Amino acid sequence: MSMNEFYTLNVNGQSMQVQDSWVGESLLYVLRERLGLPGSKGACEQGECGSCTVLLDGQAVCSCLVMAATAVDSTIVTVEGLDAHGAELTDVQDAFVQQGAVQCGFCTPGLIVAIHHLLDENPQPSELEVKEAISGNICRCTGYGRIFAAVEQAVAVRKASHTS
Amino acid sequence: MSTTKVEQRERDILGVSAIRPDGAAKVTGDFSFTSDMNAENMLWGATLRSPHPYARIVSIDTSRALALPGVHCVITADDVPGKPTYGLISSDQPVFARDYVRYMGEPVAALAADHPETCRRALALIDIEYEVLKPLTNAEDAIAGSFPPIHPDGNIIRHQRIVRGDQSATGPIIVEGEYEIGMQDQAFLGLEAALAIPDSHGKGVELHVATQWLHEDLGQISACLDLPPQNVRLILGGVGGAFGAREDISLQVHCCLLALKAGRPIKMQYGREESFFGHVHRHPAKIFMRHYAQSDGRIIKIEARFVFDGGAYTSTSPAVLINGITHTQGPYKCDNATVDGWAIRTNNPPCGAMRGFGVVQACFAHESQMDKIATAAGLSAVDVRLINAMETGDTLITGQAMESIAPVARCIIETDHIPLPAPLAANAHELLLPGGSGLTASASHIVRGVGWGVSMKNLMYSEGFDDFATARCSIKEGVVYLKFATSEVGQGFVTLAPQIARSVLGLDDVVVEPIDTQIGSAGSTSASRQTWMSGGAVDGACRLVREQIFQHVGKQNNIDPLRLVIEGTDIIDQIGTFRIAVREAIDGLSISETFEHHHKPTEELDENGQGNCHTAFAFVAHRAVVDVDPELGLVKVVQIATAQDVGRVLNPLSALGQIEGGIAQGLGLAVMEEIVIQDGKVRNPSFTDYLLPTTLDAPDVVAKMIEEYEPQAPLGAKGIGEPPCISVTPAIVAAIRDAIAKDLHRIPVRPQDICL
Repeated sequence: MSMNEFYTLNVNGQSMQVQDSWVGESLLYVLRERLGLPGSKGACEQGECGSCTVLLDGQAVCSCLVMAATAVDSTIVTVEGLDAHGAELTDVQDAFVQQGAVQCGFCTPGLIVAIHHLLDENPQPSELEVKEAISGNICRCTGYGRIFAAVEQAVAVRKASHTS
Repeated sequence: MSTTKVEQRERDILGVSAIRPDGAAKVTGDFSFTSDMNAENMLWGATLRSPHPYARIVSIDTSRALALPGVHCVITADDVPGKPTYGLISSDQPVFARDYVRYMGEPVAALAADHPETCRRALALIDIEYEVLKPLTNAEDAIAGSFPPIHPDGNIIRHQRIVRGDQSATGPIIVEGEYEIGMQDQAFLGLEAALAIPDSHGKGVELHVATQWLHEDLGQISACLDLPPQNVRLILGGVGGAFGAREDISLQVHCCLLALKAGRPIKMQYGREESFFGHVHRHPAKIFMRHYAQSDGRIIKIEARFVFDGGAYTSTSPAVLINGITHTQGPYKCDNATVDGWAIRTNNPPCGAMRGFGVVQACFAHESQMDKIATAAGLSAVDVRLINAMETGDTLITGQAMESIAPVARCIIETDHIPLPAPLAANAHELLLPGGSGLTASASHIVRGVGWGVSMKNLMYSEGFDDFATARCSIKEGVVYLKFATSEVGQGFVTLAPQIARSVLGLDDVVVEPIDTQIGSAGSTSASRQTWMSGGAVDGACRLVREQIFQHVGKQNNIDPLRLVIEGTDIIDQIGTFRIAVREAIDGLSISETFEHHHKPTEELDENGQGNCHTAFAFVAHRAVVDVDPELGLVKVVQIATAQDVGRVLNPLSALGQIEGGIAQGLGLAVMEEIVIQDGKVRNPSFTDYLLPTTLDAPDVVAKMIEEYEPQAPLGAKGIGEPPCISVTPAIVAAIRDAIAKDLHRIPVRPQDICL
């Protein structure tokens, strides 16, 4: 199955060589199993649950649906590559921890990426805009209440930092 | 949406919203779930499953698969060195099918290869000849005895009656109904996964696995492997949710067998489709109930018949059955009852534990009945429940006295006090309408309904089972170390255990040691039991350590240790003026204590279903508000109001998370979630076809926690995991009935049930 060839992906600001890969491997598989980035999770293989959400050229996509070899010219950001600006956690990550939005945590990395994408595009989303933006990320533990609370905290923190 | 105000927490002790110690790792992607684990020289494992619900295996030929480059070994029933079967209650499920396959998806063989894709191709090269047989898919055929046994143990898993009081009692109000509950999937996000590492001599194995009960797995696995239990070490891998689906063995034995055969580490992980076949589900059930009541609505007698479809193997069906029938009355007074309960073996997928465990099914029936009594008696949904509300000291239909705190009326009244949501605005955004952004519904066609559900749920295990929990507390160099085998599946025991230690010991540095089988059992993370059981064990171990600290301090300072107590982070003399910081007092001390917590003993039921079979109970009320499009059959759950009997709140944020999460699962069962089975075949094993609640389906939840300290519970707190998902389902269905004035007797309620 190995082709003794390699291709290069730009992940989290680094050029990473993917070697001896089978060409049919998904971006999710390559990130997790070949590049040592297991933060993105697989839970449905069909783009239904959002656990594998990454940013591909700035767009939130399900990495289980992207063939890795087609992403060679793209910029990829995973949960491991989010910029916390020197802090331990990003504002969204910190809000998730503080507001109880994490239980089992399996859906969490995908949600964190999706919410960063939302807030970077729309820093003051309405309640419905939030719900629609993350409706492709399934969480089975929380019933979403604390996740909404975390988004609200992150929005408030960003607003405060912009006005101060 | 409402942000919970983040409290300023001085110390993360009991009663405050301590945050998860694994939270930072989970939000950054650093947390290691079992599927994230790898080992040097590792191979991938995969399972071949039956495509037929019922068939005789004529022959198995693995030679073509073995010949594929990259394949290291293939195993079948012939390669199981020990016990060929496993099971939680009855060991009747084969590790691999030998002569017969009894459900679609039953494992027949497994193999190890260098790449998941090699595994997939090799599985297709295993040649199996089947003689396809007509499956048993209707439980009534098994009860009637009209279908030949599909298993050596027969087609009846368990039959149990409850007979209590005056069998001839009757009343002016008689209401009845036949209710049907579909098969729900736990649908945890973190798929089944394990990493097995054989020792260098092939005489032992280390298994990292996502499970609910390490020690039960250990016993079943070592028996199948024919290895002494001490040669099998289980370590809890990161668990991505459970909800009952990880109580039974799935890939554990297969993974260990492959590792021992290949002599190399094996990683197995199911995909979503395989997961639907790889674990047990919530039992589909058919329930007939007839209530006799006084003209004022008071229940006189209940007659009921339960049929739980257990699928091909026993799993926990006998216990699910008992939970179902012993909760026939729900949280209401009832002196007379005749209940007939069956758990049946069929060629449908095996069913077992899921959050609510038999009570979910019973609750849908008894709550539907309560509304019928209300209508007949001219009472409101609230009043019919209040007039019948159970109280501490009442006698259940099993003859058992209700010894738990039973604030049923208070749950109902407090829920009723929660304000109703505003009416749907004529110009409401499309996302707020039933059906959402498909723009299919028009606000002018929407009708609103309100419905109620109230439930009782047993806590811990029943029928004489001693499901104890073990914990160790050690102090060393000023740090507290807690050790237990309690599975952390997301519920937050790793948050709670340090809170307990801080409260008892007055020390703040608490470390949770690795969760594995290097200590006694903690029992299962199920049955709403770990806060009570493992919480009791941690509390007990910490108290033993505290006694030793007091002895030490007393001796050093010439004070009777009985006068010493912890106040904050200090030890003080209750009578004198002595005070010392705990940190200072333990300088140089090294103490380790282990404690087992056992709940009060329970009994098996007799032939009339009489006996003190349950340990304790919790209660909850739900009120649902729904918007329905009657023409299109679409439902939007607008608000769930709830008041839950929790005993004592130990962590408000965690408790709210359990309540909101349980409500979402109950909503799923009410209006969307069902594994569709046709002639024994699963028709929708994917997240494309098995629908789960999303952010747009999530209702506003307004929750109140009823705190009445439970004296029987070690921390005064009841288990809170299961109640949220139980009566919310009938509340939603009642609200739909209220909106469209139509009898609905099946869950999930499908669009055609509403509009046709």
